[in-house]
Amino acid sequence: MAATGKSFAQRWGVHIAVLLIVIVWTVPTLGILVSSLRDKDQIAVSGWWTALTTSSQTGQGRTDAADAQVEQGGRFVISGNLLEEGTALRITAFGTRIQEPTAHEAGTVAELEDGVTLQVNDDGSYVYSSPVAFEGRRGERVFFEASTPPRFTTENYETVLFSEGIGRSFINSLTVTIPATIIPILIAAFAAYALAWMRFPGRAILIAVVIGLLVVPLQMSLIPLLKLYNGVGAFFGVPAKTYLGIWLAHTGFGLPFAIYLLRSYIAGLPREIMESARIDGASDFEIFVKIVLPLSFPVLASFAIFQFLWVWNDLLVAMVFLGSGSSQLVLTGKLNALLGSRGGDWEILTTSAFVTIIVPLIVFFSLQRYFVRGLLAGSVKGG
Amino acid sequence: MANLLLRDVKKAYGNLEILHGIDLDIKSGEFIVFVGPSGCGKSTLLRTIAGLEDITGGELQIDGDVVNDVPPSKRGIAMVFQSYALYPHMTVYDNMAFGMKIAKASKAEIDERVKQAAEILQLTKYLDRLPKALSGGQRQRVAIGRAICRNPKVFLFDEPLSNLDAALRVATRIEIAKLKEQMANTTMIYVTHDQVEAMTLADRIVVLKDGYVEQVGSPMELYRHPGNLFVAQFIGSPSMNIVPATIERAGGPTAVRLADGTVAHVPTQTPDSAAGTQASFGVRPEDLRVATDTDGSVLFEGRIDYIEQLGEVQLLYVDLGREGEPLVAKLPGNAEIKRGSTVRLTADAGDLHIFDSDGRSFARERLASAA
Repeated sequence: MAATGKSFAQRWGVHIAVLLIVIVWTVPTLGILVSSLRDKDQIAVSGWWTALTTSSQTGQGRTDAADAQVEQGGRFVISGNLLEEGTALRITAFGTRIQEPTAHEAGTVAELEDGVTLQVNDDGSYVYSSPVAFEGRRGERVFFEASTPPRFTTENYETVLFSEGIGRSFINSLTVTIPATIIPILIAAFAAYALAWMRFPGRAILIAVVIGLLVVPLQMSLIPLLKLYNGVGAFFGVPAKTYLGIWLAHTGFGLPFAIYLLRSYIAGLPREIMESARIDGASDFEIFVKIVLPLSFPVLASFAIFQFLWVWNDLLVAMVFLGSGSSQLVLTGKLNALLGSRGGDWEILTTSAFVTIIVPLIVFFSLQRYFVRGLLAGSVKGG
Repeated sequence: MANLLLRDVKKAYGNLEILHGIDLDIKSGEFIVFVGPSGCGKSTLLRTIAGLEDITGGELQIDGDVVNDVPPSKRGIAMVFQSYALYPHMTVYDNMAFGMKIAKASKAEIDERVKQAAEILQLTKYLDRLPKALSGGQRQRVAIGRAICRNPKVFLFDEPLSNLDAALRVATRIEIAKLKEQMANTTMIYVTHDQVEAMTLADRIVVLKDGYVEQVGSPMELYRHPGNLFVAQFIGSPSMNIVPATIERAGGPTAVRLADGTVAHVPTQTPDSAAGTQASFGVRPEDLRVATDTDGSVLFEGRIDYIEQLGEVQLLYVDLGREGEPLVAKLPGNAEIKRGSTVRLTADAGDLHIFDSDGRSFARERLASAA
C-alpha cells in the first residue's frame, strides 16, 4: 500500500480523518443504544456516557409513625426501611434537615436532640429510638444521599414493544418494506436486461423516458397517483388504503432509479459471456436467469439497500397510502405520534428509535460485502 | 465434419459495409486461419459464421444447408473467445456442462463428455475450481474444453492466444495444433493478427484487408508466391523489401531496371504489354546475402545505417540513398559486419518477386493455374 506514492503524513491524515468521521457518525447511535438499555430513572438524572459509573442521587423518606414504636430495654424504638423493596439504591449518608442531607454517614448512629438517636444503614434500614415515647401521626423526615450502581435492563424494550405498540408498527413496517423492495428489483432486473442486451425498436427512447422519470418529484405525483389508485380500486371493489396500494406506489417510485442503476451495471457485463451462452444454446430468459442474475448480485444488493432504507424511513408515502390505525401505522408514523404523546419519556423514545434503526443496520451489514466483492473476477482477461 | 461455403457474404452496419462479398470454400476437416491487420473484418467474418452477427447479403452454407437465419446454437459450431468468456460464477465443470444442460442432455452423458474433454486438456484436477482460481492459460483451456463438449462440426477461435504471455502462447499454440490432430474431422476456423500463429497452425490461410479477401492459400504458398503487394508485405517478418522498378524487357525471364540502374533478371513470365511499365520489385530480407566477388549480379549496394543483432541472425538496415524506408537484410548472426560500412547484397533469381503497377503479382496466372 505504501507504493501508492503517498507520504507518511498524508496517509495518517487520511486515517485520522476517516476515524473522526466514523466517530461523529457512530457516537449518536451508540448513545441511543446505551440510553435505551438503561434504567429509566437513571436516564433522567445522568447522561448515557456515565452509564458505566455509579451515580448518586438525593432522596427523602419518612420513618414510620409513632404507632409502630415498640419498647426495648427502656427505650422506644421504631424500625423499618426507607427504600422500596428490591431497589438497587445504596444509601451513603443521611440527615434529618433538608439543608444537611449528608450530615451523617450511613451505618453510624446519629445523636439527635433530647437523647433521640437515628441509625440508617446503607440498605435503607433504620433504627429510630428515643428515651420517651414518640408522639404524632407522622414519622420523622429523613433525607439521604444514595448511590446507584450501573444498571442495564431490557425493560424499556418490553415496554415499548408490547405496551406502546411499537411491536405492531414494526410488523407493519416490515409488511410494507419487504414486498416494496422485492417487487421493484424483480421488475427492474428484467427491464434492465432487456434495455441493455435485447434489440427491439424504441429501446433508446424507452431508456430516455426512464432516465427522464428519475427527475419527477414524488410530491407532484403523489395525489394524482392516489386518485388513480382509488378510482381503479373502486372499480374492482378494493378499499382505498391497503398494503397493496403502498407496495405499488413504492414500486413505481423506485423503478426509474432501479432500472437506471441495474441497466448500467448489466450493460457493463462482458458481451462475450452472453454470446458464449447464446452459442451454448441459451435463450434470452436462460441467459438472464443463469448468467445475468447471478453476476448482477452486487448491484441487486446495492439497490436492495437503497430501496429498503428509503421505504423503511418513508413517512410521506405511508401517510398518503396507508391508514393510521394500529394495523397499518408504520414505524415512522408511530415514532412521530410518540414524540407528541411521550415527548418527555426518553427511555421510550430512545428505545423506539433503536428498534427503528436495528433493521436497516442488519440489512446494511448483511449486504454490504457485495459492494466490495467483485463477482466478475476470473471471467475475462485480467480478472 | 462439415464443409463451409460462403458465397458473396456481405455485412453492413447501416450504410457502413464491413465485408464486401466474401467467397470461400472451406473443406471438411480443414484448419483455416483468417489473418489481417486490425479492422480488416476478420473477426466480423468469424462472428457472421458463428451467427452472432446477421449477414446482410450473400449466403452461408454449412454442410450444404443455408444457415443465414439459423441461430448460433443450431449451427453446430462452438466458439472460443479472446477474453475466454467463462461464466465466472460457475465451476470449470459447470462451465463445460452449461451447453449440454441447456440442451437437456442426460447427467451421465454430460459427465462423460466433460470428463473426456477435461482429460484431453489436462483439466481433470481443476474441475471443481472457479475460473478466478485459474491461470490465464488454464482459463483458455477451459474455454476450449467448453467448445469441445459441444461436439461441434466447426470450431471457431477468435484470437484465443492474444491474452496470454509469450511463453504460454507458444505452449497453447502447440496444444491447439495437437488438438486439431486429435480431431482430424473437425473443421476449425481461427482468427488472428499474429502471422506466426497463422503460419504454424493453418492448412490454409485467408488474408483479409478492408473487408476483401486478398489471397487464400497454404502458408508456404503465401510465403513463396504472394498474390499481391499487401500479402507480400504482410506475411513474413521483417516484411518484404519493395523497391520501385521499371520493366525493361517482358517475357521470361523478365528484365527489371531498379531505381539506381541495376538490372535484375526475374524468371517470372510477363506479358509483352508489360514492357516499359512501372512495377514493384520485391525481395525478402532473409533471401538477401552478401555478394561475393564470384557473384555476377549485385542487386543492392548501400551503407549500413543500423544493425539489430538478434543472436542467430542480424538485421541490417541498408541506406540505398533513395527516399523511403531502408532496405532490410537478414544475415546470419555470426557474420562480421560493421555499422557504417558499405555492403553489396544479392539474392537467388528464384527468390525475386515482381508486381505490376496495381500491386498484383505477375506470377498470379501461374498461381491460379496451379490451384
